[in-house]
Amino acid sequence: MQSLDPLTILIAEDSAADRMLLSSIVRRQGHNVLTAANGAEAVEAFRQQQPHLVLMDAMMPVMDGFEAARQIKLLAGETLVPIIFLTSLTESEALARCLEAGGDDFLAKPYNPVILAAKIKAMDRLRRLQATVLQQRDLIARHHDYLLNEQRVAKAVFDKVAHSGCLSAPNIRYLQSPYALFNGDLLLAAFTPAGDMHVLLGDFTGHGLPAAVGAMPLAEVFYGMTAKGYGLSETLREMNAKLKRILPVDMFCCATLLSLSFQRRSVEVWNGGMPDGYLHSIATGERKPLTARHLPLGVLSPQTFNDRTEVFPMAVGDRVFLLSDGVIDTCDGNEQLFGVDRLQRVFAANRQPYALFGEIEQALRDFGGEARDDVSMVEVSLLEATQLTPPALVYSDSGQSCPLDWSVNFEFRAETLKRFNPLPYLLQLLLEVHGLRAQSGALYSVLAELYSNALEHGVLGLDSSLKRDASGFARYYQQRNERLEALQDGYVRVHLLVAPQGKGGCLVVRVEDSGKGFDVARVLERPLDGVRLSGRGVSLVRQLGRNASWSDEGRSARVEFFWEALA
Amino acid sequence: MSVNAEVSQDGKKLTISVKGRFDFAKHQEFRESYENKALSAVVVDLREATYLDSSALGMLLLLRDHAGGDNADIRVVNSSSDVRKILAISNFDKLFDIT
Repeated sequence: MQSLDPLTILIAEDSAADRMLLSSIVRRQGHNVLTAANGAEAVEAFRQQQPHLVLMDAMMPVMDGFEAARQIKLLAGETLVPIIFLTSLTESEALARCLEAGGDDFLAKPYNPVILAAKIKAMDRLRRLQATVLQQRDLIARHHDYLLNEQRVAKAVFDKVAHSGCLSAPNIRYLQSPYALFNGDLLLAAFTPAGDMHVLLGDFTGHGLPAAVGAMPLAEVFYGMTAKGYGLSETLREMNAKLKRILPVDMFCCATLLSLSFQRRSVEVWNGGMPDGYLHSIATGERKPLTARHLPLGVLSPQTFNDRTEVFPMAVGDRVFLLSDGVIDTCDGNEQLFGVDRLQRVFAANRQPYALFGEIEQALRDFGGEARDDVSMVEVSLLEATQLTPPALVYSDSGQSCPLDWSVNFEFRAETLKRFNPLPYLLQLLLEVHGLRAQSGALYSVLAELYSNALEHGVLGLDSSLKRDASGFARYYQQRNERLEALQDGYVRVHLLVAPQGKGGCLVVRVEDSGKGFDVARVLERPLDGVRLSGRGVSLVRQLGRNASWSDEGRSARVEFFWEALA
Repeated sequence: MSVNAEVSQDGKKLTISVKGRFDFAKHQEFRESYENKALSAVVVDLREATYLDSSALGMLLLLRDHAGGDNADIRVVNSSSDVRKILAISNFDKLFDIT
């Protein structure tokens, strides 16, 4: 009996004799005793001395035990102060009233010391249990607050890195839970120097900090390489190599990467381990699935990694929709998955494109799925190139060391053409010339067109008229990959000449290839800005550069850029 | 046990069977099923696996790494159509022999 710590026990009993009798029993059991002669005194005693347990007579003058019990329970709040009613009442209704008033147990008169001791012990156990639960709850709540605060800070830092991009561009709509990052979901978007848009939706394995940690280097590679003009393939290779190096074996990142070209009206896609995305053609209503063809990022070694992308034509207004597995893997109470079929039904019922996200969310709720916080969706639409204004690039150098009178020649041969994209290097070289920076977008677009014309139509001998329709478009890019892989010889030469001119300067770009050339006169006859899928390159070069001309039967292209004195 | 390991009589083949949801909760058991075992050939039997999440994919990668990485001989057998779908989305058939 003496094993428990002494408690302070309040005895509320109007009969002085009973009060004394009970007090002495309780004291003998090793507890401290407080006494009260009626309910009001009991409440007051509780208020002042917070006893651990109360023995309460039901029938008392001034304030009865029921009312006193109610008030004491109110004062005690969340802390459990067990109240044992002392009663000679026997009818069940009266006993029930004791419990309704907040009593935890009752003890029938006359008092049996053994039963009283056992009840005090049982109630003390309950009281301690409750105290432990409360303490642990508070501890968890404190840790949780702490964690949330940490996440807030980490997210603020991450946002500086991740949202240096263009998620706010008018053609992007997205939905992500605010702390999706800590569930491993990652959404990035940025413009290339040519005004194309790169978008990444990724999903790291695992949750919490480990998932968030990998996001940082991934975002840096994405933004760094996109800004420098690297294509999807190079960016993917770098991301994969980096993640493979830093992540533990069982962690990886499923990801879909897009490159939307507003000039060429096409989208290039690489999907590694993400659920199907969809390319929605507004004209036909068709939704073409963009299926995962690859392992996620960070699984394969750089030697075995496959960076092959697919290219699809788009019309103005067409949309690409991507989603994380949080959407289709949402479970209902019976472990049924929401699944792709239900998603397709939402698509089919959708009338207003802007309402799609809301309808998917509503469908998830109707499905009765457990709410998940790793549901991410993004929709990117193709606008007219003129409707978007890529942000101006920021340069950190002073301009004092700007080179103004030089020329350089490159010859890229078969083995190099297969695996190397020289455009970012050429662009970086040219942007050392401050006068060219203001037109970096046009410069990059022209370089990219001339280079891909030289490579695809020249060296690889691909027929651009294949790209007239959508199926030909796919065939074109398939042939491009096949021929590039089999390439044995051929070259693309790039000559750059920068010369001062008055207070400004001039750049002459010449690009030559080892191909068969083309009928220059016939191509130049076409109107400047048709909406054909093919032949877009030539008219783009003529619009963006000055004095564009072709010689050597189309094997040599020449274009100029000028700039005035810098302010 | 929801993860069962069985070594063939000649001691050359390890069969790991997973029962129920194959997710992070099985992490420990799954690792223990192959650790400290010589692995020349491994079969992961998913006949009784109902679901598989991305951490299970991670566990398979760990097993593959442990069994020799690119030289590992791992077959994933008896996967249900749901499980097969998840493995297909992740393109894990490029790393494992899945039937």
